[in-house]
Amino acid sequence: MKNRKTRLAGMLGASLLLAACGTSGTSSSAPPGAQGFTPPKLEALKALGQPEGQLNVLAWPGYAENGSNDPKVNWVTPFEQQTGCKVNVKPFGTSDEAVTLMKTGQYDVVSASGDASLRLVASGDAEPVNTALVPNYADVQPFLKDKSWNSVGGTAYGIPHGWGANLLTWRTDKVTPAPNSWSVMFDANSPYKGKVIAYDSPIYIADAALYLQAHRPDLGIKNPYALDDKQFTAAVDLLKQQRPLVSEYWSDYLKESQALKNGDAVVGTAWQVTVNLTKGEGAPLESAVPSEGATGWSDTWMVAAKSAHKTCAYKWLDYIISPKVNAQVAEYFGEAPANTKACAEMTDKTLCDTYHAGDAGYAAKIAYWTTPIPQCLDGRTDVKCKDYGEWTKAWTEIKG
Amino acid sequence: MTAVSAFFYRKPRLRLGFLLSAPLLWLGLAYLGALAALFVTAFWHTDAFTGQVVIEWSLDNFKTLFTDAVYRTITFRTVGIAALVTVIDAVIAFPMAYAMAKLASPRAQRILVIAVMTPLWASYLVKAYAWRSMLSGNGALSWLSPGYGVTATIMTLSYLWLPYMILPIYAGLDRLPDSLVDASGDLGARSLRTFRSVILPLTFPAIVAGSIFTFSLSLGDYIAVKIVGGTSQMLGNVVYDNIGAANNLPFAATVATVPVVIMLVYLAAVRRTGALDNL
Repeated sequence: MKNRKTRLAGMLGASLLLAACGTSGTSSSAPPGAQGFTPPKLEALKALGQPEGQLNVLAWPGYAENGSNDPKVNWVTPFEQQTGCKVNVKPFGTSDEAVTLMKTGQYDVVSASGDASLRLVASGDAEPVNTALVPNYADVQPFLKDKSWNSVGGTAYGIPHGWGANLLTWRTDKVTPAPNSWSVMFDANSPYKGKVIAYDSPIYIADAALYLQAHRPDLGIKNPYALDDKQFTAAVDLLKQQRPLVSEYWSDYLKESQALKNGDAVVGTAWQVTVNLTKGEGAPLESAVPSEGATGWSDTWMVAAKSAHKTCAYKWLDYIISPKVNAQVAEYFGEAPANTKACAEMTDKTLCDTYHAGDAGYAAKIAYWTTPIPQCLDGRTDVKCKDYGEWTKAWTEIKG
Repeated sequence: MTAVSAFFYRKPRLRLGFLLSAPLLWLGLAYLGALAALFVTAFWHTDAFTGQVVIEWSLDNFKTLFTDAVYRTITFRTVGIAALVTVIDAVIAFPMAYAMAKLASPRAQRILVIAVMTPLWASYLVKAYAWRSMLSGNGALSWLSPGYGVTATIMTLSYLWLPYMILPIYAGLDRLPDSLVDASGDLGARSLRTFRSVILPLTFPAIVAGSIFTFSLSLGDYIAVKIVGGTSQMLGNVVYDNIGAANNLPFAATVATVPVVIMLVYLAAVRRTGALDNL
C-alpha cells in the first residue's frame, strides 16, 4: 500500500515537472490593424423581419428603466406596446461584467462603453450594425459617429447613445471648501481619510493616470489609457497610496448612494445619476469636473452576434435614441444625449447646456473609457503599453 | 418481478451496487467531475484582450499565485478571518447549546432549537445588508462600529454561521448522559473540573464538527466581505473578480484550489478526533 502511494506521488511530481517545462510566456497574438486587431468576419443585418416578440437588454443602470426603480420612470413599456417585443432588462455595474455577461449569448443588445466595445468586437460577441436600418441615426451628433470605440475600419459596430464624465462628488456639509481638484481623493494628507469612495474596476487606474498627467508632467502621460511601464507603475503606486484613504470601492451605484447618504463616505467618484438619486433622498451633495479633467464614457448600443431577436434589437436601437426617449434617458441618467433633436424634448431646457451636449470641443476634453492594448493608443511606437490583462492584475494588487 | 427481486436477494453485493449506482453516478459525474473539470481549467489561460480561454498547458497561473505577495496576504487574511469566526462562534455557541441541552425543559428545548434555526430561513443577503446598515455611520450599532473592514466582516460572518455551530454542539451535548456529569460531581469534582475533564473531551468532536462548517463557509465567502468589508478582500473576492470582472476563468480556478487544499489539510488534521462521525 505504502509502495503504491509513493509511486503515485512520483508520477504526480513527474507530471508537474513536465507541465513546468511547458511554462509559456504570454504571447501577443493580435495582428496589427487600425486599432491593433482584426475583428472576426461578421455580417450586419440586411433587412428587418417580423419582430420576434422578445428582447433581452443588457444595460447600464438607468439606461433601460421599466418602472421597477421608480414607477414614473418607464420607457420600456411604451416600447413593448409599440413593437410587441417583450423586454427583459439586466443592469450591470462595470464594463467587465457586461463583457462577461455578453459571452453567455443570452442578450440581444448591450449599452457598451468604450472600454467594453472593442473587446466585444474583437471576441466576435458583437456584430456590425446596419445604420440604414436605424432611421434616427441620421440625427446623431456627427462628433460621436465613426469613433475608435464604436467602429473598426469604417464599419459601424453600434449606435451612439450618450456621453458624460465620472464626476468628483462630495457632501457639501462635510467637505469645505468645495474641492476643485482630485487631490482630495489622492493626496496622502487628505483631510477626508477613510471617507473616500472610489470606483471598483481596473479602468479606475486611468483616473490616477489622469491626475498624474496634470501633477507629474515629467512622466509624459498623454493618454491615460496608454501607459508604458514607468507611467503605469506611477499610477499603480498612487492608487496604493490612496488605499488607506478609501472607505470602500463601489461597483454598485446604489451601495455608493447609501454610503454617501449615511456619511460613511463624503467624497468620491460618482455618476450624475447617483448624485441625482442621492440628492433626491435628501443628502446635500454636489459634483463637478475638477481642474484636471475627468475620465468619462461615450456609450454605444451594440447588437449581439448570437442574438435570436435581431429585428427587435434594431427596433430597440432606433427607439432608444429617438429624440424623446434619448432625452428621457439622458435626463434621468444625467448625461449628454447623442441625438441632436433630443435637447428640444427635455423637461429641463438647460440640461443640454449643462452637459455641453452639442459642444464637440468639450466632448473632446473628456478621457473616454477605452480598452488599453499593447499598441499604445497615443501613437507611440517605441514602447509597449500595458494591456488590460495587466491592468486587471494590478487592480487586485492595489486592493491588497 | 419476483424473479428479479429473488436474483438480487441471492446476490447481496450486486444488490448494494445496484442501489448505490445512481448516487455514485451523481457524486462521480456531477460533483467530482465538475470539480476535476474546474481544476483542469487552472492550467489554461485567457487572451487578455478578447477574454477567450486559450487551451495551452502551463503552470503560469500557479506561478503567479505563489510569487505575487498579494495572494499570500489575501490567503492569510482569509484563513485568519475564518479561524477567528470559528473561535468566536464556538465561544458563543457552547453556553447556548449547553443551556439548551442540559438546563431547558423538553418543551423549551424544542422552541430553542427552532429559535436557533429561524435565521437560516431568512435570506443571507438581507442579513448581511442589515449588518451593513447597523454598522453604518448613523446605524443602530454606530457607537461600537469599527467601520467597514475586517472587524465588521468577522462580526457579520460570526452572526451568519452561528447556527451551524450551535446545532452540532447541541446534538453532542444531548448525547452526553447526565449520569456522567452527576458521577463526576459525586466523586468530588467542582463544576470547572467536570467541564474540563468530562464535558469538554466528550463534546470536543461535536465542536470540531461545527468548526468544519463555520471554517469552510467563511473560507469561501465573498458576499459579506463585499457588503461590510470596506476595501478588504478575501479569497472568494479574488475568484469572483477574476470571473466577474477580468473574465479569467483559468486563474479563478487556480485561486479556487487554495481553499480546497486548506480544507483537505484541515479535515485530515481533525479526522482523528472523530469529528467526521459527528457530521
